[in-house]
Amino acid sequence: MRVAILQFPGSNCDWDSEHAVRDVLGVSAHRVWHKARLPSETEAVIVPGGFSFGDYLRCGAIARFSPIMHDLKNFAEKGGQVLGICNGFQILCESGLLPGALIRNDCLDFRCLNQNLTVENSNERFNQNTLGNSLLLPIAHGEGNFRADESVLFSLEENQQVLIRYDGNPNGSVNAIAGIRNSAGNVYGMMPHPERAVGSHHPCLDGLPVLKAFLEPLLDSIPVEVTSG
Amino acid sequence: MSQISSTPLPLNPDPVLNVEITDDLIERHGILPQEYQQILAMLGRAPNLTELGIFSVMWSEHCAYKNTRKLLRLFPTEKKDKQAIGQVLVKAGEENAGVIDVGDGWGVAFKIESHNHPSAIEPFEGAATGVGGIVRDIFTMGARPILLTNSLRFGDLNDPHVKRLFRGVVSGISHYGNCLGIPNMGGDIYFDECYEGNPLVNALCAGILRHEDIQKGAATGVGNPVYYVGPGTGRDGLGGASFASRELTAESTEDRPAVQKGDPFMEKLLLEACLEMMAIPGLVVGIQDMGAAGLTCSTCETASRGNSGIEIDLDSVPQRETGMNSYEIMLSESQERMLVIVQKGREKELEEVFEKWDLHAAHIGEVKQGDRMVVRHKGVVVADLPAKSLTDEAPVYDQPASEPAHVAKARNWSVESIPDISVKEIESGLKNLLNHPTIASKRWVWQQYDHMVMSGCKVEPGSDAGVVRLSIAEIDKYLAIANDCNNRFCYLDPYKGAQIAFVECMRNLACSGAKALAVTDNLNFGNPNKPEAYHMLKECVKGLADACAFFDVPVVGGNVSLYNEHGDGAIDPTPVVSMIGLIDKQENVIRSQLEHAGLELILLGGWPMELGGSYYLQTQHAKKEGAVPEVSLENEKKVQDLLIEQIEAGRIVAAHDLSEGGLLVCLAEMLFGKNNIGVSISIPTNGRIDSTLFGESQGRVIVAVSSSDSNEFISCSKTAGVQANFLGRTSDSGMMQIKMGQKVVLSTSIADLHLVWEHAIPDCMEPSRS
Repeated sequence: MRVAILQFPGSNCDWDSEHAVRDVLGVSAHRVWHKARLPSETEAVIVPGGFSFGDYLRCGAIARFSPIMHDLKNFAEKGGQVLGICNGFQILCESGLLPGALIRNDCLDFRCLNQNLTVENSNERFNQNTLGNSLLLPIAHGEGNFRADESVLFSLEENQQVLIRYDGNPNGSVNAIAGIRNSAGNVYGMMPHPERAVGSHHPCLDGLPVLKAFLEPLLDSIPVEVTSG
Repeated sequence: MSQISSTPLPLNPDPVLNVEITDDLIERHGILPQEYQQILAMLGRAPNLTELGIFSVMWSEHCAYKNTRKLLRLFPTEKKDKQAIGQVLVKAGEENAGVIDVGDGWGVAFKIESHNHPSAIEPFEGAATGVGGIVRDIFTMGARPILLTNSLRFGDLNDPHVKRLFRGVVSGISHYGNCLGIPNMGGDIYFDECYEGNPLVNALCAGILRHEDIQKGAATGVGNPVYYVGPGTGRDGLGGASFASRELTAESTEDRPAVQKGDPFMEKLLLEACLEMMAIPGLVVGIQDMGAAGLTCSTCETASRGNSGIEIDLDSVPQRETGMNSYEIMLSESQERMLVIVQKGREKELEEVFEKWDLHAAHIGEVKQGDRMVVRHKGVVVADLPAKSLTDEAPVYDQPASEPAHVAKARNWSVESIPDISVKEIESGLKNLLNHPTIASKRWVWQQYDHMVMSGCKVEPGSDAGVVRLSIAEIDKYLAIANDCNNRFCYLDPYKGAQIAFVECMRNLACSGAKALAVTDNLNFGNPNKPEAYHMLKECVKGLADACAFFDVPVVGGNVSLYNEHGDGAIDPTPVVSMIGLIDKQENVIRSQLEHAGLELILLGGWPMELGGSYYLQTQHAKKEGAVPEVSLENEKKVQDLLIEQIEAGRIVAAHDLSEGGLLVCLAEMLFGKNNIGVSISIPTNGRIDSTLFGESQGRVIVAVSSSDSNEFISCSKTAGVQANFLGRTSDSGMMQIKMGQKVVLSTSIADLHLVWEHAIPDCMEPSRS
C-alpha cells in the first residue's frame, strides 16, 4: 500500500478516491480508518471528501481531533505528500496543515456542477505545463467559500501557493481561490473533485493530470497509457 | 388462529397508561368500532393503552394497506418470460424492498416511498427523513445504495407558502442525500394548484447487491438474540404512521411532534456498519429497519415473517429522553434505527462492528417459540399480542367507488369551443410553456444535489432518464431510472392517465437506450372512504396493472399514500411510476440533447392531433379539460422496440420523447445543450395549429440520426410498422425555424428560449439574484 486514503465517520468520497488512484492510475491504495495508525510504508495520503462527523460544529472541526491526525501531522512535517479534497481540504485547514478556512457558500446553497478553473503556476508540479491553462472539474459542496486574513492571503499570493482559481466564482471565495498548497509544497488542498473526473464515463477527464501531479513522486509506477476505470 | 390468552395484563409501571379504553380513546387512535370488536375477539380481553397504540399504527393504512391490499393484488409481481433479464428475486411485499436480477450475479433492490404529510408540516425534516427511510429499506436488503431520485408535487409556485415548501423540501433532500454520499439523479417535479397545502414528496432509492447477499426481515431460530442498533429512541415522530393515514387539516400543524427529525450522519454510520456486519458470513439471521411504527412494526413484522414469537425488554432500549413509557418507546419513530437478529453465540461479532462505528448495539430480546410478541418494561409485561394479528390479520376493505360528475363533464369538453392559436401567437405560446415550472429547467433543484458522487453519474439530471454506471460492482453496465406521472391526465381519465404515466416512463428509458426491467409505484390519492377518491384509485391501479402485464414489466414494490386532501378536497390522482432499466454498454447510452449541426430529425409516432388535458390548455386557456390522448400499448411497444433496436445498431445520436408541452417544447429542450445549434423543420398543415405544435399525443419521439443513416432508419421504421416523418435538420444557426406547408410560422433565437426555460424557477425563487 503506497497511498493511504483516510476514512472518517461520514467520509463519502473515500471509495471514489481509492478507485481513481488504484484502478485508474494503478498505484496501490487503501482506506485507513481514523482510529488506526498510518501505515509506515505510506508514501502519500489523500484526505477525501464527505461529511466527516456530519459537519457538526464546523466542517472538519471534529475530524481534526481524530487519532489518525497525530500521525498525519508527523507525516506532513517530515515532508510526506498530503492532498485534501473538499471535506479533506476543510479538515487540513481546521488542523492547521493549510492556512485559511472554508465557510458557507455565498449563495447559501449546496452547489454540484462541472466548474471551469484557471491553473496558476504554483510550483514544478502544479503549473500550466503539467495541468494546462484551464481545467474542468466537478465541484460539490455547501461550504467552499475560502477565507483568509489579509496577511495570510498576501503570503499565499506572494509565494504562489494558489493552485487553481474558479472562473466565475460559485461560492464567494476570496480571490476566487479553489485550491492551495502549503509553503513547503507537500500539503495540497482543493474544493474541486479530481477523483470524479478520471474515466470515460465521467463528464471530463481533467482529474487525471491533477492526481498525477500530486502522485508525481510515485510516478515511475504509473502506467504510461492511462485506461479508464 | 392465534391462541387466546384472556387473562388481563398486569398494571403498567407508568400509571398514566392505566386508563380505561373508552370509545373516545379508540376513535382518537383511528380505530373503527368494528375494528375494535375484531381486536377484542382476537385477544379475548380488552387491550391496554400500549396495545391499543400498537394496533393503531399497525392497522393504519400506512402499515396495513387495508384499503388497497385487494387492489394491489392486480399488479403482476413477476416476469412471464422466464428467460428475460430482470427476473424478480424478491417480490413486492415480501421484504423491505423488491430485488431484481441485472445479470453477472448482481441484483438491484429498489423502492419508492412517500413522506407527503410530514413534508406538508415540516418540509425540510419531512423530506430529509423521507430520504432516510427509503435508504434504510434498501440497505436492509443487503444492498449498497447507488442512486436516489424524487417525485415531487407542489401547488402554484407563485404562492409564497408553496415557495417555502418547495425550498424546504429541496434543501431537506439535498441535506440528507448529500451527506450520505449517494448520487441523487433528480427526478420529476410538477406544479399544479391541486397540490396546494398537500405537496407530494416521494423518495426512491436503488442499491446493488450479489444474489447470495440478499437479507431477510424474518425472526427465526428460537433463542437467537434480538438487537437494537443505531442512535437512541426519543419522543419524536410519535404515531407518525397513523398521522400519515388521515387528512391534513388546519390543525395539522399541531401534529408537528409526529414529524421525525433526521440525522444523516447517523444514517451514514448505520449504513456502513450494517453493510459491514452483513458482509460477515452467516452472522445475520434477519434485519429490519425501524421506519413507520418504529420498534412496534419491526418486531411484529419480523416475528410474523419468521412464523415465530418474539420477546423484547424496553429497559434495554437505548433512550435519549428520560421517563419514556412503553407507549412512547413502542410508537416512537426516531430515525436511523434497525432491528437485527443474529446467530446465538456470535453476538460479539455484531457488537465489534457497531463499536467501531460508535453506535449503540443493545441486546433487547430474543426469538421465542409460539406466535406472540411480548413486550416487557420495568419487569412487567406491557403488551402481549399474537404477532400476526397486527400484520396478516389486519382488516382489509373494499370501498364503494363512483366517478365524480365534474370529471366526466371536464373530459367531455371539446377543443372546438376555443379558437386555434394564430401564427403570431406561436412564439409567446411556446415561451409561456417553457416558463411553466413543470416544464422549465430544474437545474435550480438538482444543482443542490450531489449527483456525481460514487463515480457513477453517466447522464446528469435533466435528460430523459438518469443513468448511473455500476462502477461499484466493477461492471461496465448502466442503470437508468425514470419517474413519471402527469396528474392532469389522471384527473381526467384515471385508467388512461396511469397508463400514460407507465408508457412515458418506459419511453424515457428507451430514449436513453435502456430496456425496462421493473416498476416501483407510489400511489398518492385522496381519502379512500370517499367513493369519488376510491374510484380514482381503483381505475389508476387497473390501468397500471394492465400496462405492466402487457409489457411484462412487473411491480416489485412501492407505497400507498392516501388521505392526501386539504381544504377544497383531494389532490388529483397521482400514481407515480418509477422504472428501472438497463443499458449493456456505454456506447448505447443516449442523451436528449443535440450537439452537432447536420443531423436529421425524424418524428416517430405521427400526428394524432390531440390537445385534451395538455399544458398548452393550461398556460393559454387556463383549462384542465378535454379528452386525454389515446394510449395504444401495441403502438407504444413498436416505437420503443424500434428505438432500442436502432440505438443498439448505432444509428441514433439523440432522442427525446414528446410529453408535456408537445412538439415545440420537445425540440427546444433538445437544443438547449450547446450554443448555436439550430434547427429548421417543416410540418404538414392538416388541422389545428395548436394541436399540431402543442398536443401531447402518446407514443411519439424525436430522434436525431446522421444523414448517412437516415434512409436505413426510415426503412427500418417502416418494417417495424412505426410512422416516421422527416422533420428537418440541425444547423449552426442558433435559430429555431418552423415551417407549416410553405409558410414560416416561427423563427426565433434558441438562446432567447433557453433563457426563459432556464430562468423560470430561479426568477421565481430568487428574484433579487437574477
